[in-house]
Order: sequence, then structure tokens, then C-alpha cells
Amino acid sequence: MRRYRFVLVRPFQLIPVLFGISVITFVLVRLIPGDPARILLGTRATPTAIANIRAQYGLDEPIWVQYLYFLKNLAAGEMGKSTLYKVDTLKLIVTRIEPTLALVVAGVVLALVIAVPFAAISARRQGTAADHAIRIVSTAGIGFPSFWLGAMLIILFAVRLDWLPVSGYGDSLGDKLLHLILPGLTIALSLSAVITRSLRAGMIAGLSSDVAVAARARGMPESVVFWRHVVPNALVPTVNLLAINVGWLIGGTVVVESVFAVPGLGQLMVRGIFSRDYMVVQGVALTFAVATVLINFLADVVTVALDPRVEL
Amino acid sequence: MTATTLSPRWSARFGRRPMLLTGLSILGAFVAMALLAPLVAPYDPIFQDAAVKLQPPSLAHPFGTDNFGRDVLSRVIWGARIDLQIAVIGVIFPFLIGTGIGTIAGFFGGWVDTLFMRIIDVVLAFPFLVLMLSIIAILGPGLGSFYIAMALVGWVSYARLIRAQILVLKTQDFAVAAASLGFSRLRIMFRHLLPNALAGSLVFVMSDAVLVLLNGAAISYLGLGVQPPVAEWGVMVAEAQGFITQAWWITLFPGLAIVTLAFGFSLTGDALADLLGVHE
Repeated sequence: MRRYRFVLVRPFQLIPVLFGISVITFVLVRLIPGDPARILLGTRATPTAIANIRAQYGLDEPIWVQYLYFLKNLAAGEMGKSTLYKVDTLKLIVTRIEPTLALVVAGVVLALVIAVPFAAISARRQGTAADHAIRIVSTAGIGFPSFWLGAMLIILFAVRLDWLPVSGYGDSLGDKLLHLILPGLTIALSLSAVITRSLRAGMIAGLSSDVAVAARARGMPESVVFWRHVVPNALVPTVNLLAINVGWLIGGTVVVESVFAVPGLGQLMVRGIFSRDYMVVQGVALTFAVATVLINFLADVVTVALDPRVEL
Repeated sequence: MTATTLSPRWSARFGRRPMLLTGLSILGAFVAMALLAPLVAPYDPIFQDAAVKLQPPSLAHPFGTDNFGRDVLSRVIWGARIDLQIAVIGVIFPFLIGTGIGTIAGFFGGWVDTLFMRIIDVVLAFPFLVLMLSIIAILGPGLGSFYIAMALVGWVSYARLIRAQILVLKTQDFAVAAASLGFSRLRIMFRHLLPNALAGSLVFVMSDAVLVLLNGAAISYLGLGVQPPVAEWGVMVAEAQGFITQAWWITLFPGLAIVTLAFGFSLTGDALADLLGVHE
């Protein structure tokens, strides 16, 4: 159990980062020129509403006291009222988490489904034409803009072949899954380019490892050696790679949600920017940053659980 | 004959480095396209001709026309100007700021280093695009806002790379010798340490250019960067989306331009990494 001690220690080490995140998101909104009360309420605010918000956010106090008010409101579960939707940002965010989470999960799952076989071909037939082709495609794949890839998938699968819906999210579970395929695939194709490279390197190292040699010496067929011993070990660093790339992945969902009109957090943020709904922009940015920190922490836990050799 | 006496060495050198040759050729082609846009583009990129709306690719319009009757090929060619500019300016400022901060943090250590490292931790905690969008939300949409946001967010990777290098280099003999000769700290930092620390970040510049290009185009696609009617590839894809069921060509070609340019940067970066012996 000593290996899991960091699970208790790490959250305390995360406090400075979380503090920094809250300062940045707070300062960003205060940097907007103009009366903060009007910025928070929109231009058509009544004098009573302005007086109320001044009291709630301590807008007549020094800036660092205002920051404390900001934390106090956050602790009370208030992120500030959206000027567009007229409800608290936190309520909006809660309803938007599901589509974004579903999109990220679909993207990661599909990326693994794509990357594992290609990395396997590449690693087992190192130096062949197939290996070179896969490496070139994965190098080029990193440069595929997700908004364009999504649009091309729409043209091919939704318009030409008419197999899948063009955009939206759907209501029932089956409908949602159907709507998730193309946006998920868009994220997966970009992500698999990154994963394939690292998986291939891990598999090549694994093929000449002691584990593989020992398994072969016991008379195991090569394919069993590969799939039972090499692949699982090569997948462990992928967990970390995904964690490192989670910020990039979230950025990808922001764009992809706009392409496919998925009603998730990214779409909420982009619309918030256009309608100058600063509380929404601030709230979503805060949520995404905290999620990134937590996911990295969870990835460490998963890595330790998967690989008994890792000590943190 | 004079040309052939010079060329064997160069052709042999590039012949052994097909990646570098291909990468640099792609980049060169795009630079040429950007510089010569007024000469090589068959039409005015923003001229609207209602008579040829939504025409599929033909001899007169090899990439077809868009919903305003604008020539897609000409718009892709003119787009090279903006998108190359995005990749170059979007990399230069983070590179300069990050290199400066990384050198100072690594050299001085102590509380200066701790301060910058904590700031970097916080910036990296945010998803890159989300922090960019938050800054653009405050500054207002536009290419200028994009560059400012890029400079504010992008420097962290360069600072980390350079700092790690400086930490190693400053304990080496040549640095200690320079210090014992009484050279100023400024001189040791920027004349002795920095040049030796740059190889890694020069390679990173190329992969960063890919990310900056994709981000700049994505932000323009979202409507928060370059504004229509300027011919920029991300804007073109965004404008094409309303006609996605009728006209695939307006979407396809600007995207292919991004992919090709990005591939040029990636190949050049990989080849530079081999050449300089850097492993990312």
C-alpha cells in the first residue's frame, strides 16, 4: 500500500496550482475595461441589480478582497449569473458536461481501436513498406485540422453516403450514440496519430524485452507473446500520454462541438465569447482547468495500479 | 558546367536526407506562393461573380467557386499569406519570451526560478486552446488578439526547454571558466550558455509551428481570429460549412493546404532533430 501513499499527499501539492487557476480566471474577467458590475450584468442592468452585485462581489473593496468574495461565491456553488441564459453558470455547466464527457470518451476509445492495430503492424513488421506508410500517415495526421476533418467526414458519411446524422446530439441513448460517431471519429483520428507513434515505440521495446524472450523460451507462439505480454505493457505509458494530452484533447472537443453542433461545454464557451457572457466563459475555463488537473492526478493513480514497478 | 560542379555535393547531401529535402521544398513552395500570390492567383480572391456561384472544379476554376462566385484556388493561394504569417508570428513571440525567461530562470535559480516554474505549472494546467479563447474573449476577436494570446500562453514550452538545458550547461567547465574570467552574468547567459541550449528549441519551433497553424486556423474557423472576407484557410472552411451538402470543393481545398503546410513543418522538424541529434 506504500505505493498508494501519494494518493493522500498529492491533493495537497495540487493546492498551489488550483489557487493559481482561480487567480487567473478571476483576473481575466477583471481585466476587461469598464465597470465590472455592468460587465457581469450586461448593459441593460437595473440600478438595484447593480447595487446587489456590488455587494455580492464586494466590487467597492480592494481587488484582493474581491478575489476572496469570488472564492466565497465559488464555495457557495455560485459561478455568477449568465447574462444570456439568466441562470447561474454552474447550473449551465452541469447540464453541458454529459455531451463533452461522452465525446472525450468516444474519442479515446475509437483512437485506441484505430491506433493499436496500426501500431502492432508497424512494430511487428518494422522497416517494411507497411511500417513506413503508417509512420508517414501518423506524421501527417498530427497536422490534420479537426474542424476540417470533421467537415470532410460529414461530407463523406452524412451527405454522400447518408449513413449518419450531419450534426446535433439526439435524445435517446441509441440516438446519442449515433450522433457521437462522427465527432468521436474526428477526435479519434487526430489522437490516434499521436498514440500510434508512442505505442509503436513501446511495442518495439517490448518485443525484445526479457518478458518476451522468456515467453518465447517457454514455447509460446509469437502472436500470443505479442498480444498477451507486449501489448498490455505498451499500453501503460499510453495512459500517461493521454493524460499529458488531455488539455489538447479538451481543446479538440471545443472545436469539434462547434463543427457538429454538440451542446457541450466547448459550445457553451464559444457562444459565451460571442455574446460577451463573461461569467460563462470564466466558469467553463475554470471547469476545464480543474478537470485537467484532476485527470492528470487520476492518470497517476491508474498508472500505479496497472504497473507494479511504478513508484511515485 | 559550373552548376554541376557545385550541385553534386548539395544533391548528395540532400539525397541522403529525403525528409529534409521534401520538408524544405514544401515550405519553400508555400513561401513562394505567398510572395507571388498576385502573380500566380488566376482571380482576385475577394471578387464576387454572381454568374459563377458554387461551380464544381473545372478548367476555368480548378478548385471550383464558392457561394459568392469567388475562385477557391485564388483564395487558397492568397490564404498562404495569412496562414504562413500566423505560423511565423505565432511562433516568434513565444520563442523570444520563453527563451528569455527560461535562460534567466535556469541561470539565477532560487526564488526567480521557483516563481517562473509555478507560473508555468498554472498556465499548463489550462487546456491550451481554452486559455487562448479566454484571453481572446477579453481582447475581442481578431488576428492581433490571437498573437497576443499566443505570446501569453505559448512561451511556457520554450521556457521549460531552455531552462532544463541551462541548468545542465551552467555547471560545465566552459561556463565556470567564463565566470572565473570575470565575464558579466549577462554575457555568460546570452553569449555562452544560450547558443548551446538552442538546438532543442529550434527543433521544437517546427512542431510548434504546426500547432500554432492549426490553432490559428481553428480560432479563425470559430470566428474569433481572422475575419471574413479575408482569404484564410480556417475562415474558408467555416464559410463553406453552410454549403456542405452542395459543394464539397469549398471545404476540401483549404483544408488540404493546411495539411500540406503542416506536413512540411513536421518533416523539416523531424529532419532537423536527426541532424542536430536532438530527441524530443
